Amino acid sequence: MASRANTKRGVLPGFGLTMGYSILYLSLIVLIPLSALLLNSTGLTWEKFWSIATDPRVLASYRVSFLTAAVAGLVDSVLGLLLAWVLVRYEFPGKKIFDAMIDLPFALPTAVAGVSLTALYSSKGWLGSWLEPLGIKTAFSPLGITLALMFIGIPFVVRTVQPVLQDLDAEVEEAAATLGASRLRTFRSVILPELLPPLLTGFALAFSRGIGEYGSVVFISGNMPMKTEIAPLLIMSKLEQFDYAGATAVALMLLLISFALLLLINSLQSRVRRAAR
Amino acid sequence: MAGSVPLTAAGTNPPIRSRRSKDSGVVKWSLVSAAVLVILWLIGLPLIVVLTEALKKGWHVYVQAISDPDALSALRLTLLVAAITVPLNTIFGVAAAWAITKFKFRGRQFLITLIDLPFAVSPVIGGLIYVLVYGAHGWFGPWLQEHDLKIIFALPGIILATLFVTFPFVARELIPLMEDQGQLEEEAAVTLGAKGFRIFWKVTLPNIKWGLLYGIILCNARAMGEFGAVSVVSGHIRGSTNTLPLHIEILYNEYQFSASFAVASLLLLLALVTLLLKSWFTRKIKN
Repeated sequence: MASRANTKRGVLPGFGLTMGYSILYLSLIVLIPLSALLLNSTGLTWEKFWSIATDPRVLASYRVSFLTAAVAGLVDSVLGLLLAWVLVRYEFPGKKIFDAMIDLPFALPTAVAGVSLTALYSSKGWLGSWLEPLGIKTAFSPLGITLALMFIGIPFVVRTVQPVLQDLDAEVEEAAATLGASRLRTFRSVILPELLPPLLTGFALAFSRGIGEYGSVVFISGNMPMKTEIAPLLIMSKLEQFDYAGATAVALMLLLISFALLLLINSLQSRVRRAAR
Repeated sequence: MAGSVPLTAAGTNPPIRSRRSKDSGVVKWSLVSAAVLVILWLIGLPLIVVLTEALKKGWHVYVQAISDPDALSALRLTLLVAAITVPLNTIFGVAAAWAITKFKFRGRQFLITLIDLPFAVSPVIGGLIYVLVYGAHGWFGPWLQEHDLKIIFALPGIILATLFVTFPFVARELIPLMEDQGQLEEEAAVTLGAKGFRIFWKVTLPNIKWGLLYGIILCNARAMGEFGAVSVVSGHIRGSTNTLPLHIEILYNEYQFSASFAVASLLLLLALVTLLLKSWFTRKIKN
């Protein structure tokens, strides 16, 4: 039995050591601390959990978080498709720099993005001073939160769509054109179906990042309870009042809902993929 | 979640297409201009705002803000935290990638999912869980207090929270890369009599070094820039447990906008250097 396992594992050394260390480190840094959330270290009863999780202010914060993240993810999907298309299909001056700029939200600390976007969209800012007379309030409104999440999410969409677009078979497109399909028709019925799965992945990544996002949102949102208070901020303020049970309840609910939504998107994705075949 | 998109995703040259599938000039240039406007609006403007706001009150205020003792101590703390967390997560990333890609075992995919877990968790929750474990009312709180050890609202807490949010970066880059490379070269080295660590050092490392560096700089950028998780566990004690991102927030809330943006510009510089190195490493990987 032992020798069979050995041949199955191959001849390379170090499995026990690297595997053991990985599991140990994973447990210490991720699994054990996360289990503190599930194992109810704050003595939360089921009734108390439910009353906290369904408190109107808490429900409002979930609504703000999920709605702004979903809208930002949707807008990013459209804009991200445009950016990926242009960066893959066309040559133009400065293309390399624009391509590299897409990654800035990955590398820029969220607090920097937060203060910068607030300055940009506040009533004295470059864009805010121009939008406010039009009656559009961006900073300190759900729209501001959405704009911040769009900044954070855009690279996820572009970087998942780009490689798929690159590998797309040119012959299929040419065949469609030979058969007399217009360019727009080719895009709609040949190219877009192929791009749907990566677009969904990009959306899911941007969306799930948006739900948990804190740094870039906390400055621009204005943090008004019931209106622009996001769920992560509510966890933070409960912690500041030493309400550990409350913070745990809000966090647990947030995690459960976002995992459920991600599972839903995943199953939707495999269905789209199967339909595309 | 940054960095969770595989390396191959970064821009490469477009394939050569035949004339038939080319778009007309009008379509091309209107799409290109729309895309350029989107990039300038969404990404370019926030970048420029940091610099103009930082220098609004002049060079003197800028220099004063970044040479302020509190700012310098925040910078020192940020560098210290990165210097501890990045190597730890790098060692883990290499070990996990070795175990996952060089051997077949049950639950492999499950292990990869677990490694990715911190990307799916809000940074604020990433901080909260350590408060639940090590805080005054947490699992080990009473024991720690008895022994006069402080983790939450102190350096160890900041390090733990940063380890959590940057946990997947290196492993995430290495796993697909080492998977593609297979294990034939390593097996040949074993046949030739090479042992353990030497195989990794002489055979594997040269193949993965650019991917490894790529993972390390992304991990470092996030470690130096983390805000939410660190905010929960830091306690915001000026000159002691205040990192650079937290210092930006404090200055901002005190309406010292120029100083706040001056400190922010340091972190913007970090981001720009990261992007430069990233595109350099990406080019090396492709060649």
